[in-house]
Amino acid sequence: MGEVIVITSGKGGVGKTTATANIGTALAVNGKKVVLVDADIGLRNLDVVMGLENRIVYDVVDVVEGVCRLRQALIKDKRYPDLFLLPAAQTKDKSAVSPAQMQELCERLKKEFDFVLIDCPAGIEQGFKNAIAGADRAIVVTTPEISAVRDADRIIGLLEASELGSPKLVVNRVRIDMVKKGDMMNTEDMIDILAIDLLGVVPDDESIVVSTNRGEPAVGDNRSLAGKAFNNIALRILGHDVPFLDLEVDEGFITKLLKLISKR
Amino acid sequence: MDLFRSSARHSASSKNVAKERLKLVLVHDRVNVSSTFLEMIKGDLIKVISDYMEIDEDNLEIKMTKTKRDEDDNLVPALVANIPIKRMKGAVR
Repeated sequence: MGEVIVITSGKGGVGKTTATANIGTALAVNGKKVVLVDADIGLRNLDVVMGLENRIVYDVVDVVEGVCRLRQALIKDKRYPDLFLLPAAQTKDKSAVSPAQMQELCERLKKEFDFVLIDCPAGIEQGFKNAIAGADRAIVVTTPEISAVRDADRIIGLLEASELGSPKLVVNRVRIDMVKKGDMMNTEDMIDILAIDLLGVVPDDESIVVSTNRGEPAVGDNRSLAGKAFNNIALRILGHDVPFLDLEVDEGFITKLLKLISKR
Repeated sequence: MDLFRSSARHSASSKNVAKERLKLVLVHDRVNVSSTFLEMIKGDLIKVISDYMEIDEDNLEIKMTKTKRDEDDNLVPALVANIPIKRMKGAVR
């Protein structure tokens, strides 16, 4: 029996879809059978981020309405051994699916896959309720911005009020140069405020833009620091104890010395 | 010159501004008080206190704020009521 993980954030544009694509791909690279489910009905994007947009025939709404069989709607990603995508419908809206139907769909997918990753739409309405309905656990993505952290806090409250328990946090788009200058909240600040466990820290990385342009997840690119961070997240999900990436690569002598002194 | 700039930046680090603003806004978000909720408390307070003293209902103020907890200096929500008293009622024993 597999596990259903919902990737959510509250605020839009913080990197839920990118996180879903990369964590899912990394889990598949590590030998797991994975399906990515796009729950953003009406505004689907996981297909283009994965570069699978030209292969869509049926979608998640077709499956719940019985227009096609589940197997017919699953798109196999030929670049990876066991990676599949279940795309969202683009011409319907969130009310096309109910939480009960999503729950049933997740139960069916869990029987065939090790991991079912659900890309949740932004917001706290019907789409969010659908996306979390069948989930076993949740990952909350945020960026070091006041608006994103505020919305993450709201989402964490809603997840804890449901039966999902405490979610794990991914901090995305960290700019270490700005953190150093004191112009961006660091991971500790956010953990302190949100009071949940950290799953990963992903640096702001141009390679994500390039990989999205190409429709190839960044975890496939060995030179991508963000890709590496997403791969580490996948390893932590698999139960490995992976240290957090040291983003402070060019830490100078003075900084080290100051750190040493302040520790005393 | 450069030294100057970096120390100035440090004292008004925008990250700390963000953190403080965020903490404040979350205190309000988390208690999730609607105006009707506050009105209900206000009504009940007036009812209870009016037995003992005559109060200026029009200028009664009630709001949610945050305050620092003594043990660890963490911000916690607090209910603050400002109730102007017009007159004490006769000794109710």
